[in-house]
Amino acid sequence: MRPVAGFRIPGAAQAALAAAALVLLALAPLQLNSYRTGQLTSTLVFATVLIGLNLATGFAGIISLGHGALFAMGAYTTAVLAHHYGWPYLATLPVAVLSTMALGLVLGVPTLRLRGLYLALVTVGVAICAVPFFKRFEWLGASQGLPTPPVQAPFGLQAEQWVYYVALFFAAAGLVLARNLVRSGVGRAVRAASVNELAASTYGVNIAWYRLLVFVISAGYAGLAGGIQTMHVGFVSPDSFPLALSLTFFIGVVVGGLGSVVGPLLGAVFIQYVPVWSGEIDPSLSGIVYGVVLIVVLLAAPEGAASIGPRLVAAFDKRPLAERAEPRTS
Amino acid sequence: MSLFLQQVVGGLTIGAVYAFLALALVFCFRSTGVVNFAQGEMAVFSTYLAWQMHAWGVPFFLAIAGSLGLSLAIGAAVYWATIRPLANASHLAVVGVTVGLFFCFNSLAQLVWGGLGKDFPQILPGPSWRLGPVVIGRDTASIFLLLGLTLVALYVFFEHTRLGLGSRAAAAAPVQSRQAGLPVQRLFLLGWGVAALIGALAGVTVAPELGLSPDMMLLTVIYAFAAATLGGFNSLVGAVVGGLVVGVGENLAGTYIPAIGGDLKVSVALFVILLVLLVRPSGLFGRPEAVRL
Repeated sequence: MRPVAGFRIPGAAQAALAAAALVLLALAPLQLNSYRTGQLTSTLVFATVLIGLNLATGFAGIISLGHGALFAMGAYTTAVLAHHYGWPYLATLPVAVLSTMALGLVLGVPTLRLRGLYLALVTVGVAICAVPFFKRFEWLGASQGLPTPPVQAPFGLQAEQWVYYVALFFAAAGLVLARNLVRSGVGRAVRAASVNELAASTYGVNIAWYRLLVFVISAGYAGLAGGIQTMHVGFVSPDSFPLALSLTFFIGVVVGGLGSVVGPLLGAVFIQYVPVWSGEIDPSLSGIVYGVVLIVVLLAAPEGAASIGPRLVAAFDKRPLAERAEPRTS
Repeated sequence: MSLFLQQVVGGLTIGAVYAFLALALVFCFRSTGVVNFAQGEMAVFSTYLAWQMHAWGVPFFLAIAGSLGLSLAIGAAVYWATIRPLANASHLAVVGVTVGLFFCFNSLAQLVWGGLGKDFPQILPGPSWRLGPVVIGRDTASIFLLLGLTLVALYVFFEHTRLGLGSRAAAAAPVQSRQAGLPVQRLFLLGWGVAALIGALAGVTVAPELGLSPDMMLLTVIYAFAAATLGGFNSLVGAVVGGLVVGVGENLAGTYIPAIGGDLKVSVALFVILLVLLVRPSGLFGRPEAVRL
């Protein structure tokens, strides 16, 4: 996805904006009640999933419709370690990341070397199988799910504030990591492959390997977010991870803006608050809102919500195209 | 032995339903080049239309015929409004739109008819037949009858009519077909309409078995994907054979492998997809995709 021509916020202003947003987000839980803080926490958890999904779908052009199952993998890893073995939560997170990356590897190896929609197909399959799989095993809590011990918050914080800061830290760190990854050699190779596979492979890019690498990293994000989600909710249950969750992540990343840095954040806000607001009218309305918005975005503004600002600025920019600053593609 | 045979018959019955939905997927893919992730949800919606007309007092078979006609129109309209504008867009945009359609149709059914299941009448009501130790229900017979007729009709359409030939050409090479004077857009329109119609047939045959609810096809669609992958995404016969194999395999695995049992049968579908992709990605009956560089 190409940025809209002729608009780019200068680097210093970008850094200042990011710092201001971070300060605002850091102060938020001290002002909000625990319900609102919880909503923000889950927005940050979604943002972490979407940052990872954006690496796969936005930059590498890999369509995953099963990130909900990867998210569930992380959530269950943390829950099992905390419930059965009494691990502290933060220690479970690396394991959640690694186990989810392993699952991503198992799904990616047979599918990513093939052209076409096979990964989408397999990931839909995994997303559908996740619920009956978790229900099948007593050790995983079967249909009731697993409760996890309460979070012990340090520094005199309340538990939900502490979880919020954990989510904020990892979302921010994940964003920085993703931004650097996209600008690295891996990012160049992957973007080259998604623009023109043939040209990229002629230049010696091992496309299958890079696609697999990016998908596995993207799975790691989902696993991390899943682990934090377990901390946040305090239990896991199979019905929290239906196919619709996976498709919702896909919608979030597309509506937010594929291949954009802030897109996943906007997408996370979208998928967190649409069900809250539309649910007040009718619970099944959110599905229609999701579906219609997704289709409209794909038809009318394929670069997603992140492109709306730049588009507006570009529309009011009276200079001829040639004089406008050439945007960097990274 | 009689348990085994009975499970095989049960597997063939449910496999025929998977085959039906797989036919719709493969038909849509072959005639428009799109894998429609919303095919199952569109089929559920069509089934609700038949149920609603029947509930309003329309005779059963007329209600089904009406639903088939409406499905044809809906499929074509959906194509015209949402897929056609994406003619030059990426895979991703097209998949995205079908995901959007998935949500729209699923939630619309939920909104209009509620989440609770509805009873849907059998197509051929009456007592079952006994064949030695095996019981064969009339639903099995009716599904196979419909499936056979559909397959023959599609075969004749694709292989022996000019329209079918044009439709295959348009899907395989849209740009060249347009240059050769084929009305590609209208052929795609027809493809989506007919795929929706086949989906509706799948819906009305499976509804008496599963009970009509908005999520009726949620699991069925993954079996249909497995069937289409196993048979090869561009082969109609493959879709049917794939559906039957997956249905029987799933039933036998559920009966004889304790770790799978009744609950994890759906994992058989996933396993089939992964295995086929590892061993023979073009499926049993499909032709490997060759690209000229």
